[in-house]
Amino acid sequence: MTFQRARARPARIGLAPAFAWFFVLAGSLATSAHAQLRLDITQGVRDAVPIAVVPFGGQAEGGPNDVGSVVAADLQLSGRFTPLERRDLVARPTRGAQVRFEDWRLLKSDFLVIGSVAPEASGLAVEFELFNVRTGQQLLTQRLVTSERGLRAAAHRIADLIFERLTGIPGAFSTRVAYVAVDGRPPSQRYRLMIADADGYGPRVVTESSEPIMSPAWSPDGQNLAYVSFEGKASAIYVQRLATGDRRRVSARAGINGAPAWSPDGRKLALTLSRDGNLDLYVLDLATQGLTRLTSDSAIDTEPEWSRDGASVYFTSDRAGSAQVYRVGAGSGQEAQRLTFTNGYNARPRLSPDGESLALVTLDRGAYRIATYDLKTRNVHVLTDGRQDEAPSFAPNGATLIYATRAGAKGTLAMVSADGRFQQRLSSDTGDVREPVWSPFRPAER
Amino acid sequence: MKWTHAVAFALLAVGLASCSKPKQVQPETTTQAPVDSGAQTSGLGNETGPATGATAGAMSAAQQQALAALQSRNIVYFEYDSSEIRADYVSVVAAHAAYLTKYPTARVRLEGHADERGSREYNIGLGERRAQTVRKALMLQGVAESQITTVSYGEERPAVEGSDEPAYAQNRRVEFAQVQ
Repeated sequence: MTFQRARARPARIGLAPAFAWFFVLAGSLATSAHAQLRLDITQGVRDAVPIAVVPFGGQAEGGPNDVGSVVAADLQLSGRFTPLERRDLVARPTRGAQVRFEDWRLLKSDFLVIGSVAPEASGLAVEFELFNVRTGQQLLTQRLVTSERGLRAAAHRIADLIFERLTGIPGAFSTRVAYVAVDGRPPSQRYRLMIADADGYGPRVVTESSEPIMSPAWSPDGQNLAYVSFEGKASAIYVQRLATGDRRRVSARAGINGAPAWSPDGRKLALTLSRDGNLDLYVLDLATQGLTRLTSDSAIDTEPEWSRDGASVYFTSDRAGSAQVYRVGAGSGQEAQRLTFTNGYNARPRLSPDGESLALVTLDRGAYRIATYDLKTRNVHVLTDGRQDEAPSFAPNGATLIYATRAGAKGTLAMVSADGRFQQRLSSDTGDVREPVWSPFRPAER
Repeated sequence: MKWTHAVAFALLAVGLASCSKPKQVQPETTTQAPVDSGAQTSGLGNETGPATGATAGAMSAAQQQALAALQSRNIVYFEYDSSEIRADYVSVVAAHAAYLTKYPTARVRLEGHADERGSREYNIGLGERRAQTVRKALMLQGVAESQITTVSYGEERPAVEGSDEPAYAQNRRVEFAQVQ
């Protein structure tokens, strides 16, 4: 299938603020011109499903807590839906009885979302209904109780439910993304590890340094980030608890300490060390500090990623001359098996949530692009069309990947659906953004 | 960390194309490094104030002079995806080896770098491999293992910005950072 990208129509003004990613750093950082980062969708998709999301009753339109606009923005970000512009909405029903379906059929909207926000004893009640416009059938309705501060979370939850009802895939709009933001020009740069909601809202600094920070990795419970920091003038791996900011340096051995990857049970990190002056894979038991060596090859072995059952580790190695993806058993002294053979470069494997494919960076006709590798069929499917795409990370529902790309000289983020059909390019005004990593579902979200 | 020494060397580094101690350099004074691979031209040192040897501590005048001479030849550049020392940089490595063998208490920190193409952790591996190549070359020329430390920054600390071959060529490098 040929995917055709369409420029976002400039007429989308009514919802534009909702579609913008605003990154405003807190505190003193906000004084820096480089600190504010705004990402807009620059390229949309043509064959997305039209859906009308009516502003929720009981709320002023606009503002960060506008439930309808958050829901619409989420659906748009998924790439699978095209929300109607607000100014084209012919009516503002807030309850099912007020809906005249012929109005919405004329607008060629396939689906309709309406709802309201109303105060109640314990906070705010948010109700919504989802309709099939053609049949008039109510597909979904639910009532959530929250607070003013919880309105965005409630809106993301509504988008999750709508997405699941219409696609059969749980929505991942209530999740978060970690990434590295870099300001300044070499050699004086400022590195910040950030987390934000999956729509880019509410960014906060996890840690920052004048030395490089790289390779963030979410623990399976979503409560910790492991990352590499050079703040001690050499690489070291830290694990930081997000709720408290407490952090622990878990590996600062001589040479390289890199590429941390959490085991599925969250008890171990696979990582890269260079104890013999060359990179090999190890497994670090976080409780005992015990190290198990997985590879001992004179090549570069790095970028480990666990299999779903924790029995093996996928990784990048150039033992055959160029970077390719391999798999090795997670015990010591196992024989590694090469997985990728097409293209001269395949690196940084990331497992899909269903465990059936790997996202990786491949060299495709002279350009570095994001591809998926099917572990059963061994087919490589190139998803993106940039020159320097890297760092793919699956959303926990497996439907979308976020990755890093370049827009001119700047690093920025982009999303692509796992089948490659839908692409969303995001552009930033300032700074360099890289290494996006999608969080797991929060336990309560499952 | 011999902080005062590092500052002194940064100031002495008249020919330093790409400073490895960014904290000591005002951002305003940074300049684009030259695009001709190899030769380093004047960059930071002559804008950061007069050089002074006053903080060089116990080092002899002769050693200070020898070290200052090395500062204009403290980067080795590499070909794409290669960690081989090119013929035109053999003399750079030899000059450092001569200094380090003459002054056995001297220390060097080799900082390996890669260009921005490809994945980041793999590039850490490429930078490490380059640093190790230079380390082995120094040791073959009589430098003690204990005099050398290595670090790889991969693509994380580019010398210059840019996504073209001239920029890449400037970024695929090993820098000699004298720590004593």
